Amino acid sequence: MTATTTIDKAGPRRSVKQHSMSRDRSWALRWSYFFLTLFAIFFLFPPLYMLITSLKTSKEISAATNPWWVYHPTLSNYIELLSSNQFLTFFWNSAWVSIFVVIITMLIAIPAAFALARMRFWGSATLATGVFLTYLIPDTLLFIPLFKMFAVFNDLTGIQVINHWWVLVIIYPTLTVPFATWIMIGYFASIPKELDEAAIVDGASWMQTLLRIFIPVALPGIIAATIFAFTVSWAQFLYPLAFTTSTSQLVLPVGIITTLIKGDVFNWGQIMTGALLGAAPPLLIYAFLMDYYISGLTAGATKG
Amino acid sequence: MAEVELRNVVKMYDNVEAVRGIDLDIADHEFVVLVGPSGCGKSTTLRMIAGLEDITGGEITIAGDIVNDVPPKDRDIAMVFQNYALYPHMTVAENMSFGLRLKRFPKAEIKERVDEAARILDITELLDRKPKALSGGQRQRVAMGRAIVRHPKVFLFDEPLSNLDAKLRVQMRIEIKKVHQKVRTTTVYVTHDQVEAMTLADRVVVMNKGRIEQVGSPNELYHKPATKFVAGFIGSPAMNFIPCRFEEASGKLQVRLTDQIALPLPPEKAARYKSVGRDDKLLIGLRPEHITDAKSNSGPGFETFEAHLDVTEPMGMETLIYFSLNGTQVCGRANPSAGARDGAPLRLAVDLNNMHLLNEASGAVI
Repeated sequence: MTATTTIDKAGPRRSVKQHSMSRDRSWALRWSYFFLTLFAIFFLFPPLYMLITSLKTSKEISAATNPWWVYHPTLSNYIELLSSNQFLTFFWNSAWVSIFVVIITMLIAIPAAFALARMRFWGSATLATGVFLTYLIPDTLLFIPLFKMFAVFNDLTGIQVINHWWVLVIIYPTLTVPFATWIMIGYFASIPKELDEAAIVDGASWMQTLLRIFIPVALPGIIAATIFAFTVSWAQFLYPLAFTTSTSQLVLPVGIITTLIKGDVFNWGQIMTGALLGAAPPLLIYAFLMDYYISGLTAGATKG
Repeated sequence: MAEVELRNVVKMYDNVEAVRGIDLDIADHEFVVLVGPSGCGKSTTLRMIAGLEDITGGEITIAGDIVNDVPPKDRDIAMVFQNYALYPHMTVAENMSFGLRLKRFPKAEIKERVDEAARILDITELLDRKPKALSGGQRQRVAMGRAIVRHPKVFLFDEPLSNLDAKLRVQMRIEIKKVHQKVRTTTVYVTHDQVEAMTLADRVVVMNKGRIEQVGSPNELYHKPATKFVAGFIGSPAMNFIPCRFEEASGKLQVRLTDQIALPLPPEKAARYKSVGRDDKLLIGLRPEHITDAKSNSGPGFETFEAHLDVTEPMGMETLIYFSLNGTQVCGRANPSAGARDGAPLRLAVDLNNMHLLNEASGAVI
């Protein structure tokens, strides 16, 4: 008798629980959508404002009509910028800097991460933490000593590295290598140890294990690190501002600001157009490599 | 093909001794299984043979050459790992040929060897697939194929079947035995499963706490265990150890299990144990198949007594029976027709011809 009553009680209770769970879920989803929408609006505001402004003439901008509407849309800002040699110089300087920085970063970070993740040697754990700690030092603290270093280097050797676009190729890896190495240490560490042991027993050297097993297996992590290095060097503002001054050596973010603002005259239409065009390359790269990027950042979370 | 020798091999991790001086000779073509509970040093020993762990002390030779300082790739060994360790970005054929490609074998020979191994393992139709499209059993076959194509001196298996379900494990066990019959490469195989060890090995090495307890053929270990550990580890259900002492009754030696139960020893055993002290604390070791129902078993050396069964487990071909003697749980195997029931008494027969006698304190078999 007692047994039957227990079952009777258990029945409805279970169905109530299921009900409340699905209700829980739908409420959680509603809140998620609410906050995600808020988030999206907040972050898409500036680009939208840039786009609207870039389609206006200077006259319309200074007329201060409705800032969220274009009454006389024009592509003149785009045409002017894209046909100006200066803008194209900035663009190519940015492109070359970013490409070289990505290459240098990967050439250093991949072997470094492999060594720190896999070759057990004295102090490897401390070194790995050290790599991460260097990333925690703010860029703004580093540019003065770096500037001083180059000045001393100039005094000693007579070679002037400041005010060449390629000086940025030397500087940026100090920012990108630690973080890229850190990402890849995590990624390499998530590769089962038996995989390199199998390769070693199969007759592979450390280098062959890295090139033929680790790099292909860790490709999502490598792509994530690549995107990171590219974004950092493309969007960097403070360093190029400090280290380059001649117009021919400027990169995009600094170039736009220094050439399109003349005294207190702000050419807003072109500034916004330049910013929008400047944001395009990282955007395109993200769009193409997004899937890889996400799986790279969440590697090891689940057993793949 | 080659023999493998271990001479007083020691492995220390910081201050912990994982392997405490092992001597072992493995003959050419032999299939040797290292078995023992986790942490007994069996995997460490295998990894030292592979070269994946440094050797703290002693010597390992493969085919007569000391390999202590030889890197794994120059030892001419192949290893199969528990989690398969297949290269996820390569097809089955590429996985299998990776070692040969590194050594720059001619393409025709690589293809020939891969095809041959695929035939042996029956995975020819899988050669173009990636590992993620394979089942566990297929992955383990590919891992074995990767070892076979190399034609190494020694195969090393590190618990290769532990990740498979029970049914597949039995199937792959037979598969591995068949492959060894075809390929005849010297094999060292590590497992914690004594059934796997018994079924696969020419010789089984039972390890415990970093030492070898006993080396012998499966039958030797089963019938003539050297220590209590081996006696208890080999065989399932495990051997019963019942506290007992010897006494004399009318000039005959008998073994007393409880106040009520004393069993006279058969003449052969009485002669063997005649010097055993009467006050010594002893354990009698009886395998479950030597404790049966009295109805279906009798003969010289069989002694009977009545026991009150706690639990019975009908297995179909036999019924496992559990009862207590002085607080020690004892397992026996009865004929299903003997009428063993939970909580009911049953007349049992003990086959003392197959008894083992152990010293309770040292665990040594007398």
